[in-house]
Amino acid sequence: MSTIAQQGAAEHRMPRDHFLNAAYTIKSWLLTMDHKRVGLLYLISITFFFLIGGTFASLIRLELATPEADLMEADQYNVAFSMHGIVMIFFFLIPSIPAVFGNFIMPLMIGAKDVAFPKLNLMSWYLFIFGGTFGVLTTLLGGVDTGWTFYTPFSSTYSNSNVILAGMAAFIAGFSSILTGLNFMVTIHKMRAPGITWFKMPLFVWGMYATSLIMVLGTPVIAITLALMMVERGLHIGIFDPALGGDPVLFQHLFWFYSHPAVYIMILPGMGVISEVIAAFSRKRIFGYEFIAMSSVSIAVLGFFVWGHHLFVSGQSIYAGMVFSFITMLVAVPSAIKVFNWMATIYRGSVSYDAPMLYALGFIGLFSVGGLTGVFLAIMGLDIHMHDTYFVVAHFHYVMVGGAVTAFMAALHFWWPKISGRMYPEGWSRLAAFLIFAGFNLTFFPQFIVGYLGMPRRYHVYPEEWQLLNIMSSAGATILAAAFIVPAIYLAWSLKNGKISGPNPWRATGLEWILSSPPPEHNFPTTPIVEEEPYDYGEVIDNPVHEEEHEKEREHA
Amino acid sequence: MNNQFQLHPEIASTIAFDVDLLYFFVVAVSIFFMALICVLIFLFAMKYRRRTEDQQAETQTHGHLGLEITWSAIPLVLMLIMFAWGVWIFFKVYQIPEGAMEYYVVGKQWMWHIQHPTGQREINEMHVPINTPVKLTMASEDVIHSFFIPAFRVKNDVIPGRYTSLTFEATKPGKYHLFCAEYCGTEHSLMIGSVYAMEPEDYQDWLGGGVADETPEEAGARLFSQLNCDTCHSDQAAARGPSLNGKFGTEEVLASGERILIDEAYIRESIVNPRIRMVAGYPSIMPTYQGQITETNIFNLISYIKSLPSTEGAQ
Repeated sequence: MSTIAQQGAAEHRMPRDHFLNAAYTIKSWLLTMDHKRVGLLYLISITFFFLIGGTFASLIRLELATPEADLMEADQYNVAFSMHGIVMIFFFLIPSIPAVFGNFIMPLMIGAKDVAFPKLNLMSWYLFIFGGTFGVLTTLLGGVDTGWTFYTPFSSTYSNSNVILAGMAAFIAGFSSILTGLNFMVTIHKMRAPGITWFKMPLFVWGMYATSLIMVLGTPVIAITLALMMVERGLHIGIFDPALGGDPVLFQHLFWFYSHPAVYIMILPGMGVISEVIAAFSRKRIFGYEFIAMSSVSIAVLGFFVWGHHLFVSGQSIYAGMVFSFITMLVAVPSAIKVFNWMATIYRGSVSYDAPMLYALGFIGLFSVGGLTGVFLAIMGLDIHMHDTYFVVAHFHYVMVGGAVTAFMAALHFWWPKISGRMYPEGWSRLAAFLIFAGFNLTFFPQFIVGYLGMPRRYHVYPEEWQLLNIMSSAGATILAAAFIVPAIYLAWSLKNGKISGPNPWRATGLEWILSSPPPEHNFPTTPIVEEEPYDYGEVIDNPVHEEEHEKEREHA
Repeated sequence: MNNQFQLHPEIASTIAFDVDLLYFFVVAVSIFFMALICVLIFLFAMKYRRRTEDQQAETQTHGHLGLEITWSAIPLVLMLIMFAWGVWIFFKVYQIPEGAMEYYVVGKQWMWHIQHPTGQREINEMHVPINTPVKLTMASEDVIHSFFIPAFRVKNDVIPGRYTSLTFEATKPGKYHLFCAEYCGTEHSLMIGSVYAMEPEDYQDWLGGGVADETPEEAGARLFSQLNCDTCHSDQAAARGPSLNGKFGTEEVLASGERILIDEAYIRESIVNPRIRMVAGYPSIMPTYQGQITETNIFNLISYIKSLPSTEGAQ
């Protein structure tokens, strides 16, 4: 086997039949029941939304380069940050890794022929697009100015923007999320190939499972909350507005009951990706498998009991605040467990520095900053001062961009050869990873400082003594924006011109890597029977050259 | 407040130093862990980099229970320390000191109305004496706002339909930023102002300069008869409403049998939504004043009711 790998690197060729050339019609994509094609439909859609969200981000940073209002009117600025938040959270971050790689890779990892409910899976995408259409419509009609948090009674009574349209966008997209979570849970429970016991699942699958749990249990609550808000706005039935007999803080409780766990919807899949990448590029069994798996589940569970840390200064009882503060700080423990286990995995490994690994190492650093600054905000005495300042903005961007988006880039570069059958240029991919890391830090690190100085978030104009820090931030955002264009170009280029990757270019373990790249339309002609532990890097793993060889090998196994 | 580049905000209240001390402790802990993580990753990256295409890892380990326990326990202990420290500060901030000067604050899109204990009113500016505890009772006319003075390290949301409060004691004379920290619509970022902390003598001078038309009690007394509150709330035996004399701070029995402390929040509720919690023994006839009276006037009525002496001894 190893002789084949040694003689072969240049001799890979594309498999004759695969899921991409199975059919070329539009209909074959729009009515597909193939989880791989659904994954790609999501990839294209969320890239579109990332572009929209990114454009709003650029407008925000451009405006904030000076303390005065120059580019935009106050109302336009308020629309810009609201749309940035809504688009990025509901239409990029929440679906990103689960809907793209959860769909494409997770069934392959567990040796399944598809997800449990392929039609429901396609319906999830249509719901997402339906919700997204409302989002685009909101933008075209002038946007919404409530912030992504839709706080009442501003949203339900005072705002003059398209609140109901934007609320509907998030409401509908939520159902896509619920159905995807449900589908994944059933798939993971019922469709694992023989031999893949719970503790033999790849950690990405554990991440997907924990994420699905939150999607199924949490998302209905945001749907109800947004519905109540829209009912109050449309029909003047008093729920949250005190002038109508409602309670405005109730909205915040309901909103964060979902929206804090939603943060873990964004980060848990990323952690799953990082576990895969670190093991593959260290050629080493993951350290503390059970601890990493269980830390995902415990983060998902604890995440449901921390929402009140958004309300320390919102008139919540001090004693309730204490409970929320305490549980929030407990989340630091499973997070620390993950970081230390990843580091222990690298220790004495055989470490290569391809783009996915660079993103993974970047993730460890950036997520650690995001996690540690989360501790500041969980501490009641500090949150009084820091709440609703740029410190919070910097913190959650470290978690969501430094964490979730970096992990998305790691996943994209890790599985791109599997999806497309081709490699991207090494040099460019490393350069882009460095640029994103540098641009990101320059953008968001100064915001910790300006936040502790007291700059409130969602400010269109600000005191002039904070301009230098804001200029640094805007300069970083420019680098970041440019850096995101680079992968878009070389990945598109690689589709035709990239070197053919072969089934297992990283020589990684996992069932997805024994299939050809791109995988066949029907995943596993014969159901694989798995005897090894996951991450079994004890012996050399090859990137077999010929499809024929690889067919034989599978039959032997 | 200076216009120079800063890295750390001014320390201008008794609580600011306490908050900063904890902040620097957490910064130190964070820097320690970040340094540990970065140095180790860098070392591992150098030492264990793959040198040949087929190079395997030096070892394959499942894990190590001792290590797992260690790196769970250390963060847990640190978290417990920081949690307790943070709670201690929080309680300190929200403790209302004896004899605090009481200001009333009303937030509305997009300005702050501030009323001094002696009746002077300001918009987007607040003058306070240093070394004197100050308590703000805050209300909103419309949406949620948040009253934030970074140099004092204090902030609290200002919520329609209820009172929230904030206390601080300024320590250093100067002019400091006042911000609205909760997004409240178009001119959210212009709902700002200045807090002037002054030596107590200077504050007295300032008060003398800006003569108040009437004190909150006087304004409240005027409203009390203007709004015909006095037709029912009197000392007459046949009065249709309970007497309010000397009631503030005492307990009253409700129609439901519950006992309630008569405080600002209860008086406010009884004006805007009187039928929610009626005092026992009176008919449910008081109309609601919701939407007919400003938050500032409710404050004035409360001040007046607070000032009413008990008349029980006299009768």
